Amino acid sequence: MALNRWLIAMLLLVVAGSALGAGEIREFDDPVTERRYQDLTASMRCPLCENQAIDDSDAPISADMRERVYQLLQDGQSDTEIINHMVERFGEYILYNPRLENRTYLLWGIPVVLVLLGVLLVVWMVRARRNASATSLSAEERARLDELINRERSS
Amino acid sequence: MKRRLLLFLPLIGFLLLAVFLYLRLSEDPSHRDSALMARDFPAFEASTLEDPDRRVDQTVLTGEVTLVNVWGEWCPACKQEMPQLLDLADRGVRMVGVNYRDTREKGREFLSEFGNPFELNIFDPEGDIGFDLGVYGAPETFLVDADGIIRYHHTGYVSPADVRDTIMPEVEKWR
Repeated sequence: MALNRWLIAMLLLVVAGSALGAGEIREFDDPVTERRYQDLTASMRCPLCENQAIDDSDAPISADMRERVYQLLQDGQSDTEIINHMVERFGEYILYNPRLENRTYLLWGIPVVLVLLGVLLVVWMVRARRNASATSLSAEERARLDELINRERSS
Repeated sequence: MKRRLLLFLPLIGFLLLAVFLYLRLSEDPSHRDSALMARDFPAFEASTLEDPDRRVDQTVLTGEVTLVNVWGEWCPACKQEMPQLLDLADRGVRMVGVNYRDTREKGREFLSEFGNPFELNIFDPEGDIGFDLGVYGAPETFLVDADGIIRYHHTGYVSPADVRDTIMPEVEKWR
């Protein structure tokens, strides 16, 4: 029991620690801007720490990037402008959702193509099976099948 | 029989994907091209580490192929790569430093202790120039051609082999 309590206490500490995480207390004029700030910082990958969003990272560069996002929001820039501002400096790498462009058609397209291929494959298999079951009976077998069915009915 | 073989297609597809992903896994993700490649060195205005009264801007980098090294006193790899940077300066490469997120005092101490290969050092205590360069850690090294266009980018520690095999050939290429 005591051990359990101790474990729960440790768990709570860990959860509390991660909830604090990275990030500063920021003032926003309105909840919409605050929401945009959260979405933007959650959608950018920290260039240093590999697969951590900048809103979740303690790296100094992430703090700089959060600060810049905040400043640009205060300057009234749009989400697209802010994203462009960051990509110009740190590259496409920081985007968790790569933009749709020549280089990424394959990336975005392959899942769609695979799903379509899968659908085609299923359609093809169902058809093949249906045809196979319809044609595989010889005249003799068909006659016997009819006989069996009729016997069943008449009895 | 032939149609049986078709059943192996998904497995083959999976194996190809696995090999592709495995090969990519062994690459170093920190070695990616700078977003500023083939673009102008970002505009800036700053003082130099040596002289607070001397203002410089991006034109200080033009006219000659220049190697721009972003460093800070707080950065251990910067100390380790100093001998290589001194070597590059000895080979006649024009070197300019960006003293990144540092104080004047510490920056100067660093140079007197580990040597100064730089013609001048741009003082960037807030990291603004570094940010515009897309620097996410020090050291980083940029090769700027005579027109002020970024031609090569190296992230992290510069080893003697990097100097010999990559940086010197790049310098020669853009001269």
